[in-house]
Amino acid sequence: MSKILIRGAKVLGHDPQDVLIDGETIAEVGTGLSADGAEVVEADGKVLLPGLVDLHTHLREPGREDSETVLTGTRAAASGGFTAVFAMANTFPVADTAGVVEQVYRLGRDHGYCDVQPIGAVTVGLEGRNLAELGAMHESAAGVTVFSDDGKCVHDAVIMRRALEYVKAFGGVVAQHAQEPRLTEGAEMNEGVVSAELGLGGWPAVAEESIIARDVLLAEHVGSRVHICHLSTAGSVEIVRWAKSRGIAVTAEVTPHHLLLTDELVRTYNPVYKVNPPLRTERDVLALREALADGTIDIVATDHAPHPHEDKDCEWAAAAMGMVGLETALAVVQETMVDTGLLTWAGVADRMSVKPAEIGRAEGHGRPVSAGEPANLTLVDTAYRGSVDPAGFASRSRNTPYEGRELPGRVTHTWLRGKATLVDGKLT
Amino acid sequence: MDTQDTQNPRQDQDTPRSGGSGPADARPVLEGPDIARVLTRIAHEIVERAKGAEDVVLLGIPTRGVFLGRRLAEKLAEITGRTVPVGSLDITMYRDDLRMHPPRALARTEIPGDGIDGRLVVLVDDVLFSGRTIRAALDALNDIGRPRAVQLAVLVDRGHRELPIRADYVGKNLPTSLRETVKVLLAEEDGRDTVLLGVKQNP
Amino acid sequence: MLRHLISAADLTRDDAVLILDTAEEMARVADRPIKKLPTLRGRTVVNLFFEDSTRTRISFEAAEKRLSADVINFTAKGSSVSKGESLKDTAQTLEAMGVDAVVIRHGASGAPYRLANSGWIDAAVINAGDGTHQHPTQALLDAFTMRRRLVGRDAGLGQDLGGRRITVVGDILHSRVARSNVDLLHTLGAQVTLVAPPTLVPVGVGSWPCEVSYDLDAVLPKSDAVMMLRVQRERMNAAFFPTEREYSRRYGLDGDRMARMPEHAVVMHPGPMVRGMEITAEVADSDRCTVVEQVANGVSIRMAVLYLLLGGNEPAVTHTRTEEKSDR
Repeated sequence: MSKILIRGAKVLGHDPQDVLIDGETIAEVGTGLSADGAEVVEADGKVLLPGLVDLHTHLREPGREDSETVLTGTRAAASGGFTAVFAMANTFPVADTAGVVEQVYRLGRDHGYCDVQPIGAVTVGLEGRNLAELGAMHESAAGVTVFSDDGKCVHDAVIMRRALEYVKAFGGVVAQHAQEPRLTEGAEMNEGVVSAELGLGGWPAVAEESIIARDVLLAEHVGSRVHICHLSTAGSVEIVRWAKSRGIAVTAEVTPHHLLLTDELVRTYNPVYKVNPPLRTERDVLALREALADGTIDIVATDHAPHPHEDKDCEWAAAAMGMVGLETALAVVQETMVDTGLLTWAGVADRMSVKPAEIGRAEGHGRPVSAGEPANLTLVDTAYRGSVDPAGFASRSRNTPYEGRELPGRVTHTWLRGKATLVDGKLT
Repeated sequence: MDTQDTQNPRQDQDTPRSGGSGPADARPVLEGPDIARVLTRIAHEIVERAKGAEDVVLLGIPTRGVFLGRRLAEKLAEITGRTVPVGSLDITMYRDDLRMHPPRALARTEIPGDGIDGRLVVLVDDVLFSGRTIRAALDALNDIGRPRAVQLAVLVDRGHRELPIRADYVGKNLPTSLRETVKVLLAEEDGRDTVLLGVKQNP
Repeated sequence: MLRHLISAADLTRDDAVLILDTAEEMARVADRPIKKLPTLRGRTVVNLFFEDSTRTRISFEAAEKRLSADVINFTAKGSSVSKGESLKDTAQTLEAMGVDAVVIRHGASGAPYRLANSGWIDAAVINAGDGTHQHPTQALLDAFTMRRRLVGRDAGLGQDLGGRRITVVGDILHSRVARSNVDLLHTLGAQVTLVAPPTLVPVGVGSWPCEVSYDLDAVLPKSDAVMMLRVQRERMNAAFFPTEREYSRRYGLDGDRMARMPEHAVVMHPGPMVRGMEITAEVADSDRCTVVEQVANGVSIRMAVLYLLLGGNEPAVTHTRTEEKSDR
């Protein structure tokens, strides 16, 4: 089947139109298009978006295939409406050489559910001491442009400066995990009223904000662009806003969970809420939503972090940090941004597809829904409401903080270059 | 308070806390003057059987057995002209039905100064029923000392024993059916003295 | 129903007074020739200690044995736990042996809460100290000691600590004893003041039902009881304070400072004391210091808690806070 007609879809949330896919590209967008020779998908008022792009995913392969593989992770991505994901470098071995990034890249291509763009480590072994072979990774088949030691902060100011400078040669970007290590020794949750009561090690907002402040100034000084991973505090928002107003080339992401959840949930000591950066306060959540709406924060990125059951079915201190997010991201964004009136669907397309593709230079992704563009598309039933059932996840892991929570919206179809990866909510 | 009959659980709990009357259909079987009279009789019997009651120690079982014990002690003092040691013995932690109810607040165990070793201990309770309270009291005594002998005085014996236990001094034998309730009200706790015979509300 | 004792904050005023009153009766058992009650005959209690604490374990063990419970002691050192077995597996192994209650001491804050609320086991859970979170039986024995000293042994029955001024001095940040005491003493009507160098007070303390002061001398004359907390020497290396000498000069309790307390006021310490650091030998050995009483009272309090949670078919204390609830 080479032709698909999506009939009556609200493209980017606007008035219903028909979209005709021919082969790998969008052939025509308009009303009353002929279904002749095409498989018809009745969109029936669902919202059609460009395929979502996640700049921050942990696929765990190689090394932790017990929690996720490229196959299960990309199936989860397709299930959540994504057509491209950027795979973080903290695998075993670390993605700090051309060999590892090419392996991950090829696995993604071979499985065909979602494009996998590997992120390269900034420093060898994520250890923060010696720069990894950033150029070699860029020149590899994987064509790495985003570099990050995510999970660890590039805390040494000189190393950070050098990395920012070095990647300019090939248009790369360093994505910083902003966490001052000394201020977060023994940190287990946001430092504040709740941590004081629960006796859990505090993770001060300033540990994030001080690194962001330093890095935007470094980026300004050396004339590089810098990307801030999973921004989580109101103070971080203020710093990024200030940096942008100065013309610094900074971009920032926020995770769906930081748009919805607060540290009050930690009172249950349930490690499903243990995440890095930690869940913050209501005030932070509201500031993050506002910043995403006004563009201070450029994108939503999932920080999809799968962990096996046993790493969460334990006491808080022993638990791993992270949450799965690919399959619930759009629902959480609808709940927190669209249904609250902060963002239109066109805005969602911008924050979850256009901008992340731009930052990561993901070719063929984040393109307009118009004739001649690659047919990377996502169809969303925005009227749907249902409670989250992790048993239905395509991800190998189930560590979602939303189990049993009612959320709006459901991705019904995903197309990757014209090939359906998700049909009626089922993976192909 | 003998409340351990499994068919009559926690009977003491429906006893009015203060000054109230029993259920509408409850009828008094002993009034204030009767209670005073039977206590006097019991006191005389104790003196008689204990040959002057010189080594008697009275131990009331909380709550109402303690008040009865104190009243008996006063009467014994009147009769003998000596002070008779009186105390209390809480049996809560010795009950055999602990796992059938939520735990209760503990009452005070107060053993008079010279202890109970070699003495004649007279246990005092308001109602003798299944006998399980007294069994528990004997166990409790065992952990406190070794009396020369132990006797039992009760205001009312309503029958239906479940253990081979009998009272040495009985204020009134009151044949009852298991559907009936016996409530002892005492001025110290309830504002008036009376014994009420009623019918169980929820069989 | 409070099936578990996880946090002092879970206790209502009436629960707490019931526990103190019950402990007062339990204390009298210690004066008897046979210091044993048959109450928990046939019940099995395991003392599950992932952290060394001989004194707390012995106190629980004495309480359990006085109530005739069968006692299993499980210490993590040298056990399968050090070989990587999880808390969940350990607890389930113990429960398979027919355990009615688990007394748990754990280095991780919230471990007892997880044990009680994760559906791993059915047994009652009693928190014997978790990380820097809570140590509810310590707070109860402290309140018991205060009530005896400040209100009276018999006069105290049924009473709380309404209007008493309690000062807690030392490493508040790392102290589960401080957290438990603030919660419980507040519930019992006392006014609590925390005194510490600002580095040893947690961010977020403003939401606690107490005052915070950095000036010990200003607070002492207005204290009915002063509780000195242990300050570990290692804290010095993490720059919480410059030197041991400076700490004791500013926040240690010596004879001169004790003389500034009201005459009836007592000095408390949960032990183990670091003499010369937070407390001088002169104070530690004085009549006003209740350290030894606190140890004895610990057994009575733990007997009361065990009786009230396990003595019946359901617990006798009510429930207020912590059920896992789904938030917004």
